[in-house]
Parts: sequence; structure tokens; C-alpha cells
Amino acid sequence: MKISPIEKNPAALAVTPHLLDYENTCAGFTWESVRSELSGLPEGKGLNIAHEAVDRHAAGPLREHVAIRCLGQNGRSVDLTYGGMKERSNRFANLLRSLGVAKGERVFCLSGRIAALYTTFFGTLKNCSVFCPLFSAFGPEPIFQRLERGNAKVLVTTERQYRKKVASLLERLPELRYVLLIDLEYDLNERVLSLPRLMADSSGIFTIPPTDPEDMAILHFTSGTTGMPKGAVHVHNAVHTHFITGRYVLDLHPDDIFWCTADPGWVTGTSYGIIAPLLHGVTSIVDEMDFDAERWYRILQEQRVTVWYTAPTAIRMLMRAPLEQRQRFDLKKLRLVHSVGEPLNPEAVLWGERVLGLPIHDNWWQTETGGIMIANYAAMDIRPGSMGRPLPGIEAAIVTRTDSDTVQPEGDEVQGELALRRGWPSMFRAYLHDDARYSKCFVGEWYLTGDLARRDRDGYYWFIGRGDDIIKTAGHMVGPFEVESCLMEHPAVAEAGVIGKPEPVIGEIVKVFVVLKPGFSASEELRLELIGFGRTKLGSAVAPKELAFIDNLPKTRSGKIMRRLLKARELGLPEGDTSTLEGGESL
Amino acid sequence: MTEKELKEIVFTELKKIAPECDPDDVDPDENIREALDIDSYSFLQLIIALSDSTGVDIVEADYEKVFTLEGMLRYLSARID
Repeated sequence: MKISPIEKNPAALAVTPHLLDYENTCAGFTWESVRSELSGLPEGKGLNIAHEAVDRHAAGPLREHVAIRCLGQNGRSVDLTYGGMKERSNRFANLLRSLGVAKGERVFCLSGRIAALYTTFFGTLKNCSVFCPLFSAFGPEPIFQRLERGNAKVLVTTERQYRKKVASLLERLPELRYVLLIDLEYDLNERVLSLPRLMADSSGIFTIPPTDPEDMAILHFTSGTTGMPKGAVHVHNAVHTHFITGRYVLDLHPDDIFWCTADPGWVTGTSYGIIAPLLHGVTSIVDEMDFDAERWYRILQEQRVTVWYTAPTAIRMLMRAPLEQRQRFDLKKLRLVHSVGEPLNPEAVLWGERVLGLPIHDNWWQTETGGIMIANYAAMDIRPGSMGRPLPGIEAAIVTRTDSDTVQPEGDEVQGELALRRGWPSMFRAYLHDDARYSKCFVGEWYLTGDLARRDRDGYYWFIGRGDDIIKTAGHMVGPFEVESCLMEHPAVAEAGVIGKPEPVIGEIVKVFVVLKPGFSASEELRLELIGFGRTKLGSAVAPKELAFIDNLPKTRSGKIMRRLLKARELGLPEGDTSTLEGGESL
Repeated sequence: MTEKELKEIVFTELKKIAPECDPDDVDPDENIREALDIDSYSFLQLIIALSDSTGVDIVEADYEKVFTLEGMLRYLSARID
């Protein structure tokens, strides 16, 4: 069925969008002009994200304006004004300095969406240290992998997370000097300290040292098909992209109340849950609790949210709820809805128009791109199912790899790999300690995204699929290798093969096929034990939700698990090319 | 259905989603999603399973009432035939 475009009439919108003339804006765009809208550190001492997002507003009329409102359980909420955020992040920066944490050293944060996370974020950047978030639903194994590979010097976390997941790892993490506990009033020992005590002892006055725009600012781990997660390195210069996407895509205006529902454990939650709204001096809503339809509608109404950035999984959960529930809430303040994380199906875009009274604007980007790259815009017609058009300043293309050193750009309506011309400010600068993997992402002038897509004749991009085995579950990337390695640690498991099984609400669920060691036999009891084992080690964000026993895994002659084939069998699809299959024939 | 039977049903369904957990260790007033590391998707599966096994329809607007063990048991026992 062909779905008609959703036409826009910018003149009829309550707020005139910043980006009205897409073609002309693209033609005249320069990154230098974005730089001129940022302040830079005083006395020409460089560029620091924390100064742009917090300190420059704290020094002006926005000092008492709420920067971040943290909503907690049972109606509790904490407001952090721009002035308050400056003072508290200064304290954290001083605290890091007093602990001897140097420029470039990594400070990790493992917590839910609570106020301390945000002051930790900006304080770390002020000290020119590097912030690395950990999703709070990670289990001990993903936490250990990231702390170790990221050379963590400090971990900020809660007492509960510490006792449940971190305490047992400390011996294996000699580089980790301090664990700071957000909710403990006294030090546990010389290595595990009370954050409130240290904050109280620190000064609220701090001068950000000279910061080179190319200094490392944020480290985001992302999953790969092979091997353990890769640490994508982002620099302070990325703030250019955060700023301009805040203007052109999110369309932030001074009076906006913005709500990004993403967790800062993932890149959307830092780029847009922390940085972008504050760059524009608006109020950003943060909810500590997880998704709940009633709660979310209530937040939209009570907080008078105007611009909302959410994800397909949440939208599809809202779509399940009865219309009557939606109708009890007044969402008149809401003027713009965005979505990211995985492609938004056309039905969801149309549901937005019908039920929320607003179409949903899908956009596309990755951990590696640091910010939104392709988007639907407030003043531009939406083609439901399309990710939209490239951000001004971004050159996208559909390419085909011809050999290891060259790619062939394709024309319209041709399926190929989505590529971006390298050099935009928020492009990742490295995979930490892995130059070879970084180089492999680029061919000539192009960054190859690993996503398959096509461009239509009017320049809209359409997602087709992943070019690899990475699983996208509830908007999060899960690397099959990481899950397989973990399950193989169980004494009953000889081999494991992991796939993403399509699921209508969360996109894909992690499913594992297990080959048992001799002496073990398949049973419901063992199935549950292995599910529990995965959850204990990996946490709910990564662990398989489905598990099936299998006699043997399909493998290539070189011994690589053919996950594509496992998936085809699971779905009852044609098995495709099996010429490299071990034994040379379909099983 | 007795309170004990109901509790057993809830615990059985919880153990299917989080087999590693011991629901007896959970504080009755604690948010079970947080305490047992149950994400939104699995919580939905739990609700569906409990609706099936008890015959009580838990509507979306009431999910907040069943975030704790105590809330869940109170909600179900008040509506069970």
C-alpha cells in the first residue's frame, strides 16, 4: 500500500520552525557559521561542551532558569537550574582534581536517570576528563568489559549497583582508583568513597582549563558483530552538531519544555538527553522511571512538554493502549514529536497524527555519528517510513563497495550501503585502542555506516536493513558475540549462536540457540537456568529472552557461526547462499 | 483463590521471566521492575501472563498500581472471581 506524504503548512504551526527553506539552508551552510553561535571558553582558551551547555547560561539571564527537572518516584522531583548546575558541576570538577584525576582520564557513571548523573557529566568535562556512561540494566560482565577496555579511573554509581554488580569486579580492575557512591554518606574504605561527603568538601568555584576542541570528551561503547564492544571516542567539537541539530531538527525555541526519553547509557541520552537542550537554554525533563503509558501521558500533560524525542518501542507500546487512556490527557502544549533508535514504521507515524494530533518525525544516526545525521523536519513534508533527508552540512550517499579501497556512489532508487562524507564535527575520532577497526569503517572520503538503505528521487532516505548480525532490541544494539561468549561460560554449554528475532513491539528480541556439552540434556529446568545465568551475568538489557536447544550450529568451513542461516531457519525463510556452509550443504 | 495460591501464581510467573531471582527476597513495597531487573517488554509479558492465569484484566492505566509485589497482590485479589 502506498502511503501518501504528510503535507506541512509551516504558516499554520504554533511556532515558526527554524528550518523553513531546506534547499537554501543546505546550499549556504558552513560549520564555521555554527561556531560563531557558540561562545568558546573565555580569553580564547578553546571549546568545552560544559561551558557551552551550562556556564555561559549561568552567567546570564538564564541563571535561575530550570536546566534539568528530574522526576522521581512518588511524585518527587528535583530542579537543577543553570546556575545550580554550574555550581554542582564545579564541585565535581574540583573533586576530580583533588583525587588526582587528570585530563583525558575516564570517569564512568553507572546509575539511573538521577540528578547526580548530570552533575557528574558536566563536572567531568570541566576537568577535561572523559565521561563514559554505563546503562543501569547492564549486568556485571558488560560493566567489567567496558570499565576495563575504557581504562576507567573513577566510577560513579549507587550503593545498590555497587553491591550487586561492581564489588566483585574490583580485584580484576587494577586501573580503577575510586568508586564514588552517590547515596552513601560515609566512605566504605579507601577506594570506595562517599560522593555526598566529597561534594560537600569541594569548592563550587572552578575555572575550566584550556580545552582543545579536539580533546576527547565522551566515550560511548557500542556493540560490534565480532569481538567485544568498541569504545567510540567523541571530542568537544561535537558540540557543533548538537547545537545545529537542536535548532534544525528538534527545533528548540527559548520557551520550550523538552523531553528526551532516552537513557544517557546510550548516545541519544547524552547528545539529546543532556547536551543539545541545554545548549539552547531550554528546560529538559528527565524521568527516573521506566516506560509506563499512564505515567508518560501524565508527564507530557503536567510538565507541559512542547518538544518530545522518543523511540519506536515506546511509541508501539503506547499504540497498544486504549484510545480512552490518551483522551484523558491534555496534550495541547505538545507541538513536535521526534523518534529515533530504529526505523519507525509508517503506521506509527500515522498513529501519531491520529492519536497525538501530531505526526512523528523519524530520524537516523548512530553512536559513531555523535548526532542526528538524517531527519524529518518540522516544516518539511513527511514520507511515512522514511528517515528523511540529510542535515544541512551533512553529505550522505548510497554506495557499493567495489574493492577494499573504493566505493561506487549510486544513483536514486538503488539499494546500497548508507555512507556519510567524513569530517563533520561529531564524527567519532577513534575506537579506543582499536585503530584497525576504526580504519575499516572508512573508504576514501566516506564513512560506511553498515546500514543498507536507498534514496528516492526527491532525496528522502529509506532504511532497508543492517548489513551485519548486530541486534537492535528496544532501540539498543546488542552484539551477538558478547552474548555467545557469556553463555559459553556455563558448564552445560558447548556452543551458542545468537540472533535477533523480529518482534513487533521492540523490533527484535535476543534469542540464543544452545548446543549442550555431552552429559547434559535439554530440559525446561535447564532452559530456565540458562536464561537466569544470562540475566545474572549480562543484565536484562543484553541477556537473551528466548533460548532453544539445538544439536549443532550451522558454521562456515572456517568455523564461523552462520547467524544469518540460524535466523532464516527461525523465520522459515529461504536459506540463501549456503555455499560456504561447513559440509557444503544445507542441513 | 487463597492469598497463598495467588502469591504462588505471581511468583511462578516472575520466575519464568527472571529465573535467577528469589521473589521472597523482594521487599513488598519495592518496585519489582527495579528490584528484579525486569525491563518494559518483560514487564508487559508478566502482565499478560498474569492476566491469563488469574483471569483478571490488568488495564494499561493501572500498571502503576502493580509495580510492587504488594500492589500486584492487592490488585489481583480485589478483582479475582
